[in-house]
Amino acid sequence: MDLSTILSRVQFAFTVGYHYIFPQITMGLAFLIVLLKTLYLIKKEERYNISARFWAKIFATSFVLGVVTGIPMEFQFGTNWARFSAYAGDIIAQTLAMEGAFAFFLESAFLGVFLFGEKVFGQKVHWFASVMVWLGTWASGAFIVASNAWMQHPVGYTIVGNRLHISNYWEVLFNPWIFPQYLHTMSGAVITGAFIMAGLGAYYLLSKSHVDYGRIFVTLGVIVGLIASIIQLYPSGDLEGQQVAKYQPAKLAAFEGLFHTEQGAGIVILGQPNTATGQLDNPLIVPKVLSFLTYRRWEAVVTGLDAFPPSQRPDSIELLYYSYHIMVGLGTFFIPIMGVACLLWLWKRRLFTTRWMLWILMLAMPFPVIANTAGWFTTELGRQPWIIYGLLPTAQGSSANLSAGNVLFTLIGFAGMYLLLGLLYVVLSVTEALKGPESGEGEETEVAEEGGLPGLATGTVAEG
Amino acid sequence: MATLWFILVAFMLTMYVLLDGFDLGAGIIHLIAARSDQERRLILRAIGPVWDGNEVWIIAAGGTLFFTFPVLYASSFSGFYLPLCIVLWLLMWRGVSIELRSRVPSPVWASFWDGMFFLGSTLLAIFYGAALANVIRGVPLDAHGVFFEPLWTDFNPFSKTPGILDWYTILIGLMAASTLTMHGSAYIARKTDGTLNARARRILRISWPVTIVLTIVSTIATFAVQPQIYASFNARPWGAIFPLIAFVGLLGIGHFAFRNRDLAAFFSSCAFIAGMLASSAFGLYPDVLPAVDPAHSLTIYNASGSPYGLTVGLIWWMIGIVLAVIYFVFTYRLFWGKVTAKGEYSGY
Repeated sequence: MDLSTILSRVQFAFTVGYHYIFPQITMGLAFLIVLLKTLYLIKKEERYNISARFWAKIFATSFVLGVVTGIPMEFQFGTNWARFSAYAGDIIAQTLAMEGAFAFFLESAFLGVFLFGEKVFGQKVHWFASVMVWLGTWASGAFIVASNAWMQHPVGYTIVGNRLHISNYWEVLFNPWIFPQYLHTMSGAVITGAFIMAGLGAYYLLSKSHVDYGRIFVTLGVIVGLIASIIQLYPSGDLEGQQVAKYQPAKLAAFEGLFHTEQGAGIVILGQPNTATGQLDNPLIVPKVLSFLTYRRWEAVVTGLDAFPPSQRPDSIELLYYSYHIMVGLGTFFIPIMGVACLLWLWKRRLFTTRWMLWILMLAMPFPVIANTAGWFTTELGRQPWIIYGLLPTAQGSSANLSAGNVLFTLIGFAGMYLLLGLLYVVLSVTEALKGPESGEGEETEVAEEGGLPGLATGTVAEG
Repeated sequence: MATLWFILVAFMLTMYVLLDGFDLGAGIIHLIAARSDQERRLILRAIGPVWDGNEVWIIAAGGTLFFTFPVLYASSFSGFYLPLCIVLWLLMWRGVSIELRSRVPSPVWASFWDGMFFLGSTLLAIFYGAALANVIRGVPLDAHGVFFEPLWTDFNPFSKTPGILDWYTILIGLMAASTLTMHGSAYIARKTDGTLNARARRILRISWPVTIVLTIVSTIATFAVQPQIYASFNARPWGAIFPLIAFVGLLGIGHFAFRNRDLAAFFSSCAFIAGMLASSAFGLYPDVLPAVDPAHSLTIYNASGSPYGLTVGLIWWMIGIVLAVIYFVFTYRLFWGKVTAKGEYSGY
């Protein structure tokens, strides 16, 4: 693989990985905001509505970052992966373009109503707008997962000359690969949102500020977080594992660091893959579990990497192995964290005063983002050496007309730009979170004078 | 079918220029039109609820171009690699400058983002013009439909190895900046009153004759640089309707600008821009990306997707675009009228 292609891979991985920090937050929070807004309409307690407005502010900042870092994604297929785009654009771009037509227009319109239209349209329309924003963000996720699923498991195509033509639209849209991946991705996003909500609530309770809201956030965060964490493992994680075992056995072997085909293969808890010697260093293995998880039989044979010629194996086995183990390891911890927190909540609401648990919730905030990122690394590195599994090698998908110097130039540019954006995002979100939900409430005009915040949702500019 | 998609993609790009064009224009003029912090906020309020939706048109157009003309998408995006990445950075930075400006109550912070908003908007307008000019002038495509253009070479549009920037593309870039200045000032005049409105109207009246001059010069240059355009109008004279629309629009802008009819001036500006873009598209057809060597040009025939893909695409595209238009009518109705300092909500 030439340097230009390697740099294009790094640039795509970096820009899409960075971008995905924000959609997972917005997809998760959009769902939680709908819950808060619904609770308000049912219980008629103003606290829930103020909470919804507060999270809408955090949502809005994340949304802006998601939009601006998302723009390059739509274009990078063409800029850096021209041969892939010309080869498969007839199919892959259908779902990408549908995202624009069906999700982005919807989101941008209803987000305006949601952020600016509460007073004008009243509570029912405002609730409806929050639902539409949620559906918009999740529809966006569905089209992207559909596009990725097709690259993992191409269907509905015919090969015409040196290009692919779409032969069955519905097969592409209902690719069996989509459902498990979509469920897994969305519950992952909800976990991120729930941990952020619970974590900020825990901070409020620990610092004894905005305590009322701290309770709401922690309660909603841990309940939703527990449910989503369980779905993440079963059924969605399990379904994904089965699918990979069936269609991409080399990927599964690399996940698990299984260098040799084994009967009754064990699952690796710790260890460092050594591709030079073809073994795991310092292994800690639970026997037979991998066979059971994959085939539901303790003595089943699991194919190892040695069954595939080196050219058919993923090309970064070490990184793939660690990505997978970080994802699964963190995901496994999320269940007991949220489980214990839920138990403490059920036990006469002791959660609100149990400081060690609140500390854990607060410090756990960033880990779902890491797990989700590691998850994407897992699925994408595991697809290598293919850009379209079984059809087009990654090395033949890049833009042949780009010199390494030009790609490095833009990679450095993106890195610099994203560093600045990241700093801005952290500073603004932390400032917002520290101000708390009540800031700006009941003093709308004053806030408007000295630096108002999107999402304050108080009236509009509509006149005449 | 490919012809239909040529028209539809051109339509989407035109929608993008008309819509995002006015918020780019607002960015170009805001340092001059708006002097105080409050006035600058009014400008941001005038575009705040809609700029993001406007930019969706370029994303949607990019996606649509990708599946309808995959070969064109692949070839042009990789060939225009450097300017495209620069445009992406500018789009990001400018979007952030709109949203973050009023987040920190500090005059230094606000001034910084005001400057960025101006710079991003102006450079984008120039780059968009230059991009269109590159497509009109043609690029050094080889027999495989591949090219790579450096940012500049010898600044000569007749060169065998042209760069992104030459005197012709820079000329069109300046024309685009002047046009969007006009477009944005008409929009801001419409959305504001008082001194802000008066300044926007003055900018509109100044940018109008400048645009006329640049339009005349650009048109002459275009016929010189790309003979295909003249040939197209000669072969299909009915296409004269497009430059006619542009001409009427351009007259309308001046007519209404000097009678203080801001909305009518804005719609005239829309007609002018749409007419100019349609004329360019009509002139290029059936080429989608002319080559320096005409034998290597990408056309609607050799760059389009499969017939089946184009057909199913058309079905969902029509549903999607009807929905999009409904959202847009709804949003613009909601935020119709002038923005005022007193408005309960600011956010900007």
